[in-house]
Amino acid sequence: MHAIQMRGITKRFGPVIANNHIDFDLMRGEIHALLGENGAGKTTLMRILYGLYHADEGEVRVNGQVAHVAAPKDAIQLGIGMVTQHFALVPTLSVAENVVLGYTGSFRVNPQVARQKVAEAAARFGVEVNPSALVRHLSVGERQRVEILKALYRNARVLILDEPTAVLVPQEVDMLFQTLERLRQDGLSVIFISHKLYEVMTVCDRITVLRDGHVVGTVDKAATSQAELARMMVGRETFGVARQERKPQGEVLLRIENLSAVDEKGLPAIKGVSLEVGAGEILGVAGVSGNGQTELSHVLAGTLKPTGGRVLVGDRDLTLADPAQVSGMGVGRIPEDRHEGAIGELNVAENLALEYLGEFITAGMLDHQRIRRHAEQLIAEYQIKASPTDRMRTLSGGNIQKVILARALSRNPQVVIASQPTRGLDVGATEYVRSKLLEQRSRGAAVLLLSEDLDEVLALSDRIAVIYEGRIVGLIPAKEADLEQLGLMMSGAREGIRVEA
Amino acid sequence: MDTFLIGLMAATLRVATPLLMGTLGELFAERAGILNLGIEGTMFFGAFVGFVVGGVTGSLWLGVLAAVLAGMLSGLLMAFLSVRLGVNQHVSGLGITLLLTGLSLFGFRLFYGEPRIPPAIEPFSRLSPFGQTPVLGPLFDQYALTYIAFGLVPVVWWLLYRTSFGLQIRAVGENPEAADAAGVNVYVTRYLALCIAGGLMGAGGAFLSLAQLGAFTYGIIAGRGWVCIALVIFGNWDPVKVLWGALLFGGVFDLQLRLQIIGLQLPYETFLALPYLVTILALAVAGRNAAYPAALLKPYRRE
Repeated sequence: MHAIQMRGITKRFGPVIANNHIDFDLMRGEIHALLGENGAGKTTLMRILYGLYHADEGEVRVNGQVAHVAAPKDAIQLGIGMVTQHFALVPTLSVAENVVLGYTGSFRVNPQVARQKVAEAAARFGVEVNPSALVRHLSVGERQRVEILKALYRNARVLILDEPTAVLVPQEVDMLFQTLERLRQDGLSVIFISHKLYEVMTVCDRITVLRDGHVVGTVDKAATSQAELARMMVGRETFGVARQERKPQGEVLLRIENLSAVDEKGLPAIKGVSLEVGAGEILGVAGVSGNGQTELSHVLAGTLKPTGGRVLVGDRDLTLADPAQVSGMGVGRIPEDRHEGAIGELNVAENLALEYLGEFITAGMLDHQRIRRHAEQLIAEYQIKASPTDRMRTLSGGNIQKVILARALSRNPQVVIASQPTRGLDVGATEYVRSKLLEQRSRGAAVLLLSEDLDEVLALSDRIAVIYEGRIVGLIPAKEADLEQLGLMMSGAREGIRVEA
Repeated sequence: MDTFLIGLMAATLRVATPLLMGTLGELFAERAGILNLGIEGTMFFGAFVGFVVGGVTGSLWLGVLAAVLAGMLSGLLMAFLSVRLGVNQHVSGLGITLLLTGLSLFGFRLFYGEPRIPPAIEPFSRLSPFGQTPVLGPLFDQYALTYIAFGLVPVVWWLLYRTSFGLQIRAVGENPEAADAAGVNVYVTRYLALCIAGGLMGAGGAFLSLAQLGAFTYGIIAGRGWVCIALVIFGNWDPVKVLWGALLFGGVFDLQLRLQIIGLQLPYETFLALPYLVTILALAVAGRNAAYPAALLKPYRRE
């Protein structure tokens, strides 16, 4: 029995075709993955199903009937619920208010009755939430449960989850999968948008793979493998970068001693962090977002003054250095927010020269000829798809990141600080960035990699440190790392064993 | 001294009335995510329309009704500009204030020419349920509109916190994307909020021309609309706290009048400035922890 049938769905954004005649079927009682790279059209397709976008062509059937979904309201009426990547919750309202919002039934809303109804629904569906808590006090995993409950409360029989695990620690992921399994047993259908092969193979019955707005194919889990899915997804055999195991660890180039700093609100964000990174080594710092990674990278970049401790590059103290001094001392920085590292209104050549303007001065004036030649050289070397005179803001995320990479790495820095270097990039750009970081390692630089993507940390690092609530709770050689142990440390469940590798 | 104090309290309620109406209106708009800087002009327009309709028909209540409708029209215009077209809210709000101020002055000349003495009507009389009873008598010797304004505080609170409409307004002002995804029509909610807001602002203006003054003058609003915007921040977007703000400002405003009469040896401008100074001070203190509605000033567009 079909729950959803989408036929010939086409959606254009200007010249870009996000969905090109897509057919998609969802059966009742199945968990169906939509797999694809960023930009493959998964989210667009689901936003059409949920009424957030309108298809230019095509037809949607719900339970066999042609449906016109003009707005989310219509989708909800048809029994379709969606949990987006950015939770659609109002932080200042309570859990109960968020759940009943837009679905109150009567003009009067009695908060007590609402709480009670939500508590009953939570118990019935086995979704654990506290109805009277304010959403802004909840963890990411809890917020996601509120979102799921919100959909179920509206009698959803089809649940769309847009990359639900991106923000969760492994234990929360397990809990989510158990919830989904339970819902499937109750006869609900789930559409699970993901680009993580492992998860898709774990939880889904069928998988539809999208690439560049087309359907590559729909396969049964039993009849496929991760390798096949990867091939369908990226359209080529290779997947991921290969890291050579290397023994020697050279002298320590970056030494962080007992470093502390506060966040924007003045609350302690990093609390006595000590780390050492040697020449020719990548030290990965794993952790769920918001555990002090941002502040750590800001301190190392010279944009945030620490409240205690020291930062040494080689034997020079950079604790209180400003950003210009930091880059002058041979530290290449790849900032967490790439829009923070580039100036959108300036062109590519200017952005590439920005950190070293002093080198481009002739007779007291900026030498635009040299800035341009410098840019042309780096554009070729780093395969940036742009011309020196393009404004930065017109570039894609991957190309912006390449510009930043070129600027940071072209001077052969001794130390590289890379924060979330591949966040939001597609597979091709991700691979490129990772290979460049590995290149730095082979060259003998000390690389500190701060990443929320556990696969990335595992793929690149020689040693892995886990950061939790501003402390390093574990430090293990990458060879010995196992996912469960890392997950436990990332969620603060277990103190890791300190191993000096 | 007792009579001084009781007189001050009674007058405070009177002075606070238009502020309370305007502030409750602005609060509605801002809780829905729209900063309505059209308030000054809307109050002026309300004062004018109320005065004309009251004068022409001879019914003051018809005047109030017309002022409310005029205010709602102004709210609709604000909604069209800032919600439908997504115009910058500072620009559209200030534009409406300029437009309605000009329109009112123009209309006033059409109707009354340029009289040397401002035209006057017989204003609302006060209700005095307690007659000449010592304390209660003068305290409750108020206009019906004052009773209505204070009665609106619990009504607004109830609407915001105990109805689905209020829940939608609060959601739309904090996270319109979330409200939209939950099936709330963000545009309709904001249109309605702005209409209610405009109606309240218009009524606040009409109170001045039809009750307090019985006349329409160029300086009738005298920045009260801007004070209302400050009071919303002072009251942290809460209808009950906003009430205390209106009373505080009303009290200081009346106090300065009384101080002028007492005849302290200070230039009278000092007294005139007092309420505004208190507003700035109160804002500086209360505004530091202000929890602005997160979506304030941001036009909502579905991607």
